[in-house]
Amino acid sequence: MKKRLVLFIPLILFLVMGVFLYKGLFLNPQQLDSALEGKPIPAFQLQKLEDANEIITNESIKGQVSLLNVWATWCPSCKYEHPYLMRLARQNILPIYGINYRDERAMAIRELSREGDPYTKNIFDHDGRLGLDLGVYGAPESYLVDHNGIIRFRYAGPIDMRVWKETLYPMIQELQAQAKAEGAS
Amino acid sequence: MKTLVGFITAILLSFSLVGAAMATPVDTYEFKSVDNQKRALELAHSLRCPQCQNQNLIDSNSPVAQDLRLEVYQMVDAGKGDDEIIEFMTSRYGEFVLYKPRMEAKTYILWLGPIALLLVGLVIGFIFVRQQRISNAVEQEISAEEQAELDKLLKRDDK
Repeated sequence: MKKRLVLFIPLILFLVMGVFLYKGLFLNPQQLDSALEGKPIPAFQLQKLEDANEIITNESIKGQVSLLNVWATWCPSCKYEHPYLMRLARQNILPIYGINYRDERAMAIRELSREGDPYTKNIFDHDGRLGLDLGVYGAPESYLVDHNGIIRFRYAGPIDMRVWKETLYPMIQELQAQAKAEGAS
Repeated sequence: MKTLVGFITAILLSFSLVGAAMATPVDTYEFKSVDNQKRALELAHSLRCPQCQNQNLIDSNSPVAQDLRLEVYQMVDAGKGDDEIIEFMTSRYGEFVLYKPRMEAKTYILWLGPIALLLVGLVIGFIFVRQQRISNAVEQEISAEEQAELDKLLKRDDK
């Protein structure tokens, strides 16, 4: 009897591997976990996109739950994402900070005036240094930052209704509740 | 025969071309020293491009890979150690960028898994062979009934 059971071991191994490999089929290898989740926004001092005299720093972003959105005029997926960001901006759920990544200032400003500007403020990251510190590997990427300036989640790819409803918005509500409990605005 | 020699020469030639292409990345970065260049290229070879995931920083021409490559070169020229540079990369892009994962609790299965599997295989093979030997060594006894049946079968073939 014992020998009979031993004969089943290969089948069991096969089934276990099958389950793992089957699950693997639905993983998206492009969707990497950010190494910065749980860490503060990297220190930066950059010009505002529209006004070179105004300096935005990592301290400016603290205080409330916010979304950092890495975008550029050369990025087609950013154009796809743009109308949805406009919608979110109108709903006024949280400040959306733009990081204009490796872009030309004049082109970026023109694009925003033509298509609309969903951003609370736009950080001009011309040489991509902030992007590098954030671990950006392609635009668009969005970072959810809590009221203490800690990065809580990174989403690589364009935000659409599905991502927003299923992933981002529930997290934002949770973070905003936490912020409220801790007495931040 | 002649075509075979030609064929082999062609293959060898193409390999040497690949070697040459790999040794000279497209960037026009001037290293401070040849040693620095060697170390920087080795490092960049061992780091994965986060965007085009099956290429290293040297192979890939995506903007991110170009940036990171340059970053590696500059850090090497600034006299930073390999550990420091790897830490710089992993703190931004995660363990993912390491082609050679670190030896730590969550990567034990990667490093030791193959050895464990090999050992399991050897043990199974050993047991299997030994059992075969034992069963061969024991003389099989057959009953009179079985002997009769065997004789019958043998006789049938004779007919």
